[in-house]
Amino acid sequence: MPLVKGGQIVADRYVRILDDAPIPANGAMLVPAERFLADASELIARQAETGVIWPNNRDIDELGPYLDRLALVALVFPKFQDGRAYSQARILRERLGYRGELRATGQVLRDQFVFMLRAGFDTFEVKKEADAKVFGEVAQRYSVFYQPTGDGRSPAFRQRLQGFATRAPALRGAGR
Amino acid sequence: MYIHDEFDSTLLKERVDEFRDQVRRRLSGELTEDEFKSLRLMNGVYLQLHAYMLRIAIPYGTLSSTQMRMLAHVARKYDRGYGHFTTRQNIQFNWIKLSDLPDATADLASVGVHGIQTSGNCIRNVTTDQWAGVAPGEVDDPRIWAELLRQYSTLHPEFSFLPRKFKIAVTASDHDRAAVKIHDIGLRLHRNGAGEMGFEVLVGGGLGRTPFIGKTIKPFVARRDILTYIEAILRVYNQYGRRDNIYKARIKILVHELGIDKFAREVEDEWLSIKDGALALDEAVIADIRSRFKYPAYEKLTDNPDELKQALADPTFKAWYRNSVSHHRVPGYGIVTLSLKPVGGPPGDATAEQMDAIADLADRYAFGEIRVGHEQNLCFPSVAKRDLPALWRGLDAIGVATPNVNLVSDIIACPGLDYCSLANARAIPVAQEITRRFADHDTANLIGRLHINISGCINACGHHHVGHIGILGVEKNGEEFYQVTIGGRADEGAVVGTLIGPAVPYAQVANVVEDIVEAYLDLRLRPDELFIDTVKRLGVEPFKERAYATG
Amino acid sequence: MTSPLQQKLKITGPSIVTANRTGDGAVIYRTSSNGWSTELSDAAVVRTADDAKALWAEAMADDLGAIGSYIAPVEVGSDGSIEPGNIREAIRLRGTTFALPASA
Ligand code: SF4
Repeated sequence: MPLVKGGQIVADRYVRILDDAPIPANGAMLVPAERFLADASELIARQAETGVIWPNNRDIDELGPYLDRLALVALVFPKFQDGRAYSQARILRERLGYRGELRATGQVLRDQFVFMLRAGFDTFEVKKEADAKVFGEVAQRYSVFYQPTGDGRSPAFRQRLQGFATRAPALRGAGR
Repeated sequence: MYIHDEFDSTLLKERVDEFRDQVRRRLSGELTEDEFKSLRLMNGVYLQLHAYMLRIAIPYGTLSSTQMRMLAHVARKYDRGYGHFTTRQNIQFNWIKLSDLPDATADLASVGVHGIQTSGNCIRNVTTDQWAGVAPGEVDDPRIWAELLRQYSTLHPEFSFLPRKFKIAVTASDHDRAAVKIHDIGLRLHRNGAGEMGFEVLVGGGLGRTPFIGKTIKPFVARRDILTYIEAILRVYNQYGRRDNIYKARIKILVHELGIDKFAREVEDEWLSIKDGALALDEAVIADIRSRFKYPAYEKLTDNPDELKQALADPTFKAWYRNSVSHHRVPGYGIVTLSLKPVGGPPGDATAEQMDAIADLADRYAFGEIRVGHEQNLCFPSVAKRDLPALWRGLDAIGVATPNVNLVSDIIACPGLDYCSLANARAIPVAQEITRRFADHDTANLIGRLHINISGCINACGHHHVGHIGILGVEKNGEEFYQVTIGGRADEGAVVGTLIGPAVPYAQVANVVEDIVEAYLDLRLRPDELFIDTVKRLGVEPFKERAYATG
Repeated sequence: MTSPLQQKLKITGPSIVTANRTGDGAVIYRTSSNGWSTELSDAAVVRTADDAKALWAEAMADDLGAIGSYIAPVEVGSDGSIEPGNIREAIRLRGTTFALPASA
């Protein structure tokens, strides 16, 4: 599954650790939520980067105390139609102030890229190679946005007050 | 009229390009049907029994004559020459080809019309009073708020994949013509004790398998806070609404399971953390949206012009005038309802020729503006009373001047088994037969206000629960049967009707309705006691006895 | 989720497989020669659950050509003519049970 970051397909530096596998001493790793919470103090004390896979039916506020030590939060889209992780992403970015990598995993197709970027995701485990390749193009598809989110873009209802000429630049993270 | 600007048209164009690419990927096999389905649904494309269906939103029910002509064009060029107006201020085309859809949506987008979010588990077309802006005694024009909500909800990055569909309606009158109590969120614009304008917010109303009347979650939300408050409701719903069972996924079930107080607390907590964010509205933003609604340049006219006085000598005109013309807030003008319920016709259908003629008449007599109401009729919101006789002749010539508005033959019916892939039973032919039984307008007038609502299955698109008489199609051993309820209503006193007894077969439905109506005529205290009030006074028993005695 | 194909399938009489054509949505019937036809008379009629399942599986494999395929009942006359087995299928075959507005 290709990983897209900054609009480019990149190698995934993170090693996924299963529930009962031993924790490696170094190297970036990604652990499931249960495992993370069980050994949180030990895990965030490691020198290397730690990431957590957070399921979409678990309260994202539970991650609050650990956020400044986490390098990656991976949220899950078990189905294209299951949009819980969009709310989790916005809460992480906009309320809890998380600034690390926020990764979309699961059923990630090109048709969600714009929504995901706007919700605060910046890396994407894209299901199809073809979708990953057109990421940059698809991310630029829209130039008008009707609602404010944490991506900082000014919505149409505010831009109208300044006139059409001052439209905001393309989405950040879109790779151009 | 709301004037679309470059922002709106750019977004629509970008959306059409995206949809064109999605259709191309589907037709080339890059996308499976499973993957494509939710994409097409978000553009209003369903698969029905015979073909694909395209559902087009008519935001807050307002159409320009130019837009109406474009609907006629699409009906003619890509469909079979007609369209069906629904109970949700939408229009549906029933025979459109997937391969034609990108072109059809591009044509529609050229006049600011689209099918975005008319399906799928997202925020649907925001609906309101079809008399918005012209009804006497309104607190404000509710369309301004519906338009703000339309923009807010369009391609919302967080709320496009909710547990289930989400419907919002707004009213600003004491008399609720927008049925806000049967919506996921209902907004009632009013003034509080301090004279400040704001919203009563209702949540958790809805029909379907488990009907609920919406409950007040907050009696007063200031205008600056309305979008943040709605965002808080949606965020709580998106995270905690059930996704394990499609029949339990609407917000009404979450509200019911948590209880309104607990749900309200969750929303309040969420809201307090976002209420002063970028979504808080300031007066400049509200004023800007308001400035883009253009109102007719009304003249100072007499309320009882000679043309009208003379025409009222004609009993046919008089019958129509009394039935179909309502009070306008400006003297000398009237609100005209166009009945899409001809005797024996499918409720809510209009042909391309009718649409074109309606657009022409709107230009000539109604400032080019047309409205669509949830009762599946159209409306000219502003017509000078001196023009009414001429307008009536024009409407009558195209068959949309049946004087049956709000009467027994003004039936709401969903497409039912003649079109809909989810249906158990037909709805349209049942409606047609009932209108034939009550074809005589004098009898219909004698009966008075009576709403019959018909749905072809429990999804309740025909709002059967809130019909004064509600008819629901069910299936029994492969045969069409119908459950009949009475006493429902959709207005400010919204209540769900009561079942009168076992389901009856297709051939019996019109008889049962006739029996119920006859019982009412016998039982009412005075000619002005409405059907719904007689049912309230006496309960269902006397009607039940009559309906099943003959069967 | 179990695929519908893995579920137990019962049919009560002669059956066919029907769907809508992807490009235009037209009602189509699965034929005995691995294809589709808009004519019910061309439909392959199956009489056992296993045959129905096999025909359906073949239809479902054609995701590009057809959508929403399912098994539907039919009645077969003594002359071999095929008639829809319920009102829903009759409406799909013959259209709405009232005249369309534009042709009225
Ligand atoms: S109520 Fe049922 S039959 Fe009628 S349109 Fe809705 S889903 Fe179809």
